[in-house]
Amino acid sequence: MNSSVIHLFIRAAVKIVFLSTVATTICLAENPNLPERFSIGREPSSNEIALWDIDIMPDGKQLPSGQGTIVEGEQIYLQKCLACHGPNGRDGVNDQLVGRFGPDNDFANDKSLNKTIGNYWPYATTLYDYINRAMPMTNPGTLTADEVYSLVAYLLYLNGIVDKSTTLDAKSLPLIKMPAYSMFYWSEEVKDLVGTKNR
Amino acid sequence: MSHKTRVSRRRLLKQGALLVSTGFVLNSRNGFSQTTLAPADSTKVLGPLPSELGTRTPFESIKREVGRFDPDGYSLTPLEKLSGIITPSDLHFERHHAGIPSVDPEWYELLIHGLVDRPLKFSLADLKRFPSESRICFIECAGNGYQSSLDRSDIPEEVTPGQLDGMLSTSEWTGVRLATLLREAGASTRATWFLAEGQDAAVMSRSIPMTKAWDDALVVYAQNAEALRPEQGYPVRLLLPGWEGNSSVKWLRRIEVSDAPFMTREETAKYSDAKSAGKVELFTFTMGPKSLITSPSYPAVLPGKGWWEISGIAWSGNGKIEKVEISVNGGKSWQSANLHEPVLSKCTTRFTFPWYWDGKATIFMSRTTDDQGFHQPSVTEARKGRGPRTYYHNNVIRPWQIDNDGRITFGLKTLV
Repeated sequence: MNSSVIHLFIRAAVKIVFLSTVATTICLAENPNLPERFSIGREPSSNEIALWDIDIMPDGKQLPSGQGTIVEGEQIYLQKCLACHGPNGRDGVNDQLVGRFGPDNDFANDKSLNKTIGNYWPYATTLYDYINRAMPMTNPGTLTADEVYSLVAYLLYLNGIVDKSTTLDAKSLPLIKMPAYSMFYWSEEVKDLVGTKNR
Repeated sequence: MSHKTRVSRRRLLKQGALLVSTGFVLNSRNGFSQTTLAPADSTKVLGPLPSELGTRTPFESIKREVGRFDPDGYSLTPLEKLSGIITPSDLHFERHHAGIPSVDPEWYELLIHGLVDRPLKFSLADLKRFPSESRICFIECAGNGYQSSLDRSDIPEEVTPGQLDGMLSTSEWTGVRLATLLREAGASTRATWFLAEGQDAAVMSRSIPMTKAWDDALVVYAQNAEALRPEQGYPVRLLLPGWEGNSSVKWLRRIEVSDAPFMTREETAKYSDAKSAGKVELFTFTMGPKSLITSPSYPAVLPGKGWWEISGIAWSGNGKIEKVEISVNGGKSWQSANLHEPVLSKCTTRFTFPWYWDGKATIFMSRTTDDQGFHQPSVTEARKGRGPRTYYHNNVIRPWQIDNDGRITFGLKTLV
């Protein structure tokens, strides 16, 4: 390409960038008289954010330091969980936690099936997230990281997903493959909304 | 009841209107007494003076139906007792799992962080400074109507509209577009999901596609002109028009912008849909088209043949209600019902249909179609891709059965 063509190219590119920026600003603001930013709100410190940023995603990147064992988990379960969830995670007044996965489980039709961690939870990290934020129901958010790891280990053990010698921590927990994982698929509705996603 | 009132009532039985009026005046110039006794001639009686907070007349009894499983619970809107489309704020349905948190508005803050240029915290006063928007729309629990099961043995007959579909309410919501707040924080264009998290003791969280944020998601602080009710999320909640109620997170404290779903307990172990053996669908947000005749309904008994207005509500998370059709002969033929203005997108619409009942047993029902081309499914259609235990998103046609004596019961059993 000679220099005059390159020159035209650059001018066209600059025009496109400028016009799209202007267009974006107008579209985003919905009203050409309103600014993109109103300078309302304050910037929190990273400590403040960390206090609330308690979620654990399937990649487990935010799992805290700490570890848990089945033996410890059983002790905590007897004290803090059995009253609602029953001995061994069954026959309690609240949600059943233990039940084996079957590849032909028909949760759409089978009245005898209860949804449990073992047969219906696709991610072990969700177990950490949920117990940490919401359990025990009468005293939520009071468990230490070690206690949560131990309870997760114990519940996975009762569901036949890990063996008795397992120690769980930030590295090993995200690696656990839940037996029910294979059942779940994304709706067409959400695939339209976020684009096709490799699971 | 005071002694004076009791004496007045005895006199009424013996003497007449004027003495009763006196009793009424003596006890109630400063407020209505809790009595349903009206004077024989109200033009002879001075009544209560103006008050700071109005009350309902003692002649009307209206309330939610409550189910408590401490700390879990729900309450149902008495749909059969309402006209129009608006749910009075104190009758809005409830569903929460750790009770209602008490949040001080002076200390309340909403955190937006994650894939943003600058994390920000907004106070309630901050949120009210942004350009605001109002919208009348429904909130419906995904589990609403679970009793309209496709398993005959699970279907009740003696059930009111409120007991059947009472986790459905309609309000005018006012707040700021979530998109406005995300622009303020500089949300990344490569973000595809955000987490919404509440500050009740359940600290409930859901992953929402960013497209909804850029579309019509609202962060609201007013419900029917006043501050949100505590039960509906005071001081601030997320409002996702047309989407399952659980995703409109109450007592909103945090929005985290991300590029993947968080896979919370609610969206995996709970609000997922088992479609058949070994197949469970994730992320079914939109509430489908549904209509429900609220009058006449169980437990009404029509005293005889004649004109009775069929009245009900229709709604769809896809958009506006396009039409509601009524059959009064068990589905053999259908006629269009009248839709009451306003007909709004993702909002309840009132429909009515004048019906001459001939006094004979029949089945009457409604079905609705929205302006996006989706319609309320028949039983046959509803069976496709779900079973009796699929549980959520139950919007099959709701028939009512009337017998030769005018007794009305829920009639789905006759069609399943």
